[in-house]
Amino acid sequence: MTQEKKEIIAIDGLSKSFTTEKGEHLLAVEEVSLTIPENSFTCIVGPSGCGKSTILRIAAGLEKATAGTVHYRSAPVTKPCGEIGLVFQEYSLFPWLTVRDNVAAGPEFAGVDKATRHQRAMEYLSMVGMEEFKDAYPHELSGGMKQRVAIARALANEPDVLLMDEPFGALDAHTRILLQRELLNVWELTRKTIVLVTHSVDEAVYLADQIVIMSSRPGRILKKLEVDMARPRSRAVPKFGELTDFILKELEYR
Amino acid sequence: MKQRALSLSLPVFVPALFAVLWVVLAQRIANQVILPGMDQVAALLVRPTEDLISMGSLASNVLVSLVRVIIGYSVAALIAIPLGVVMGYYGVVFKFFNGFLNLFRPIPPLAWVPLVMAWFGISSLATVTGVETGQLFIYLNNIKFSMLFIIAIGAFFPILTSTIHGVRHVNATLIDSARVLGASERQVFSRVLIPAAMPSIITGMRIGLGIAWMCLVSAEMLPGSLSGIGYMITHAFTLASTDIVIAGMISIGVVGALMDMMFHRIEQKKFSWRRQVDA
Repeated sequence: MTQEKKEIIAIDGLSKSFTTEKGEHLLAVEEVSLTIPENSFTCIVGPSGCGKSTILRIAAGLEKATAGTVHYRSAPVTKPCGEIGLVFQEYSLFPWLTVRDNVAAGPEFAGVDKATRHQRAMEYLSMVGMEEFKDAYPHELSGGMKQRVAIARALANEPDVLLMDEPFGALDAHTRILLQRELLNVWELTRKTIVLVTHSVDEAVYLADQIVIMSSRPGRILKKLEVDMARPRSRAVPKFGELTDFILKELEYR
Repeated sequence: MKQRALSLSLPVFVPALFAVLWVVLAQRIANQVILPGMDQVAALLVRPTEDLISMGSLASNVLVSLVRVIIGYSVAALIAIPLGVVMGYYGVVFKFFNGFLNLFRPIPPLAWVPLVMAWFGISSLATVTGVETGQLFIYLNNIKFSMLFIIAIGAFFPILTSTIHGVRHVNATLIDSARVLGASERQVFSRVLIPAAMPSIITGMRIGLGIAWMCLVSAEMLPGSLSGIGYMITHAFTLASTDIVIAGMISIGVVGALMDMMFHRIEQKKFSWRRQVDA
């Protein structure tokens, strides 16, 4: 427990600017530096438009930074690689594939043979409790089920780091709480390093070891907090409320 | 029960009314050239293999036409689909070709006829293959390049437009998901872009086939044509055999509708996921 935690992702001086259609320069992310320890659970919270999704997209290799770097195990990230997975908010499942084939997509891209990838798909589907829906198509599933499948798909690619871009943002409150709990189970089982972006302070306090609070336009880190509460966390304890309140105030006053 | 009888009889009602009107009008007019009786036309249609006006049977002429359309259409699809996928995905390629292609889009296929005749004349598949005699020559000589060109140009634009549209509207998250899962650029094309755009491509192919079939008659009016359902109709007209004209038109309609139905079935069966996604 006390062993030194190795950093797995290092974000250093990351900035990203866009040029809008009118030709204006827009600074979305400014000078963000952040290290993610191995096997940790980090949540990035901030208002919409704070560039938190952009940070994840750059870390996943989908976009290029304007300045600064992202390193994964001290190698610079320039394009998507199998080691860093990304779960999107919604509409990410391939609608023409069954649940099982969706989950097997990553191994298929890598050329894993059919029997092996199906077996691996079933393994992760059962981890998220979706094995009986293996032959269903995404449009036949509810929002929560789709996100379970999306998580299983990311895991089936056996990444080292799992980035999650508001994975529960489109779900109703009840399903959301359910999936948060399931995600913690998955995390405990697989011990992946998770970085989750959310605008829900409650979600961050419930899930994270480390919370990164961001401001909007340009997106800057306001504060980093370590959350020292045992899991499973109860929302009823005073500490939970105090922490939530503290973060909300941080977000409001800037 | 009553409702069911109504829903069953509803689609039959208009054709039945049409048939009655035809019979009554044909009797009143009593002129075969203007409007032959329905029985005469029906008699031709129930014996499709009988030789007519020494030009071969209705069925054999439809078959010749069908072969022409299939060849011309396939050529169009083979060019339009890959081009459309690339144009839809790469903005640069789109800009490169789009303005140029848009100049040709409004030109009716029929307007190409003089130019096409100047280019291809009466050369056919027989000319290139070097076959000069025998039954094979007759078959190959029926497939004139000028006809194929007219048919292909008719089918080309709807297929191209739908393919571009389909690829452009593929949800960016799907492409990003595939990339993050380790898909190569080629896999993004073959496993994501093409399947995702497929419903739109199929719709374009369906429209394209309809237009190709419509271009047929104009293609078969080109010089050098001595067969095909379009030719049969124009030839029957010069002989004042209006019954053959109408029977030919009905054949065109039926074959076209059957082909369309085939595509529609594919759309329904293979792409049931799309309706839910669009909704």
